[in-house]
Amino acid sequence: MYGCMKNILKKALDFYIDGFKNMSVSNRKLWVIIIIKLIIIFVILKVFFFPDFLGSRYHTDKEKSNHVAEQLINN
Amino acid sequence: MEHFNLALVDWSRAQFALTAIYHWFFVPLTLGLSFIVAYMHTLYYKTGDEKWKNMTKFWMKLFGINFAIGVATGIILEFEFGTNWSNYSWIVGDIFGAPLAIEGILAFFLESTFIAVMFFGWDRVSKKFHMLSSWLVAFGSNLSALWILIANGWMQNPVGTRFNPVTVRNEMVNFFDVALSPTAVFKFLHTVSQAYIIGALFVVAVSAWYLLHKRHRAFAKKSILIASVFGLLASVFVAMTGDSSAYDVAHKQPMKLAAMEGLYDGETNASLYAFGFLNSQKDNTNFKGIRLPSMLSIMAFRDASAFVPGVNDLVNGNEEYDILPAETRIEKGRLAIGALAGYKKAREAGDEQLAEQNLKMFEDNYAHFGYGYFKDKQEIVPPVMLPFYSFHIMVGLGLFFILMFAWLLYASIQDKLDKYKWVLHLSVWSILLGYIASELGWIVAEVGRQPWTIQDLLPVGISTSHLSVGSVQTTFFMFLVLFTVLLIAELKIMLTQIKKGPEEGGSHV
Repeated sequence: MYGCMKNILKKALDFYIDGFKNMSVSNRKLWVIIIIKLIIIFVILKVFFFPDFLGSRYHTDKEKSNHVAEQLINN
Repeated sequence: MEHFNLALVDWSRAQFALTAIYHWFFVPLTLGLSFIVAYMHTLYYKTGDEKWKNMTKFWMKLFGINFAIGVATGIILEFEFGTNWSNYSWIVGDIFGAPLAIEGILAFFLESTFIAVMFFGWDRVSKKFHMLSSWLVAFGSNLSALWILIANGWMQNPVGTRFNPVTVRNEMVNFFDVALSPTAVFKFLHTVSQAYIIGALFVVAVSAWYLLHKRHRAFAKKSILIASVFGLLASVFVAMTGDSSAYDVAHKQPMKLAAMEGLYDGETNASLYAFGFLNSQKDNTNFKGIRLPSMLSIMAFRDASAFVPGVNDLVNGNEEYDILPAETRIEKGRLAIGALAGYKKAREAGDEQLAEQNLKMFEDNYAHFGYGYFKDKQEIVPPVMLPFYSFHIMVGLGLFFILMFAWLLYASIQDKLDKYKWVLHLSVWSILLGYIASELGWIVAEVGRQPWTIQDLLPVGISTSHLSVGSVQTTFFMFLVLFTVLLIAELKIMLTQIKKGPEEGGSHV
């Protein structure tokens, strides 16, 4: 079973590796753009500019709901 | 909404609108072109003819460029929910969580797994599995759109849920009420079918350019034939689902319909503007134009003599037609907010009886909850001009697409495409019109429902996080730069590939 799974995973990995190897130069440029974009989105934007507002200030769901309830009641 | 931080609310709105508009440059082409590619792939599978293979490979390559550049641009909207719209995100609770989780697990993995097979699978997997992969990518992309549009539909018509006053979150009571609400269903059908128009317009535009430059003529003509059939079916379907959406809006969001038609004073036998404009000599309640008698009543209530409420009826009320004045709704909303405060206080004090009384008052007035945050009845009115012009330009373009695809189909069958150069020129530029119509559709849907994030329950002003305006401005301009660079990159790579044209044997994306 383990050997069969390993074989399938290896085949899938080879499939991707072959696919990327056979790409033309212009398509590789496209992939570079995609990777840079994903790094900007997930590493820079998410980490430094888009923290979870409630999650970073309150630890429990109760604290979060109290904060939002206060916003709803006192506005 | 002077009591809210308007600068923060407006910058948060602007940032979300900017991100959504840019994201929507990529999405409709993915949704539409995926089905055209899958159909061409099927023709190749059935006939084994190399011309279909080359055609599939070429359009698949352009699809791949758009997919690759556009992928994950939508995730930024989810970042914004957590950072800029934290009150809203908390209150929405599971309603967004469930559809978006299904989208993430099912649709995205379906899409991303089979997209690799679709691009790398030539001569590596069986022809049948390869062809099926193209269809699974198309269905996966559309399935992603389904869950997101269900979530959006719920914001326009919050059904199938219950607000929990303890956690101040909405909880799903009936998944099927949420997923199959007419608002969500029509929104999905209307949105994806207009995306099919974009896909068809894109194929027509590129192919028309080849015909004008006397290149790949047979390829271009076959592509136009397929795209015009697909585009014609999609554009007729868009008109039908648009009509159903308008009917739904009339019942669930009457203020939006009044704004779309610039209708200030309600009418029986209400007419629909075939063409209209703002009379700027007077005030902004004065629209002029050519009107189609009784058509608005028919569209809204399927009855020529039906009364369609206008902005003033919804603000001031109309006893004859049982429409509550906004001031009454504001009072009821304040009662609901007061009862929520009383309920929480009584629970903390352990006074069960008082808590029950407050809960009852809260539930009796919950339908008006969001109105309690307004100080003035005029705050419930959206900016009328934007939905009005957006709606009419969108409908006009929609009718134009029906005529254009019908003509292209006729000319394709008669083999007369080359004879009408001006139509080919028009076809090249029509892709821009497609994007304009598509973005205007979102402006109608989203600006028309202001000031609400959740219809009648949560105004935009109460939905935002307490951030500094400066931080929202910073990320606004960062997105402007990032998305503009991505769009330029896409256009540059796309134009290079189009100029290169389809090639024998093709290469993988």
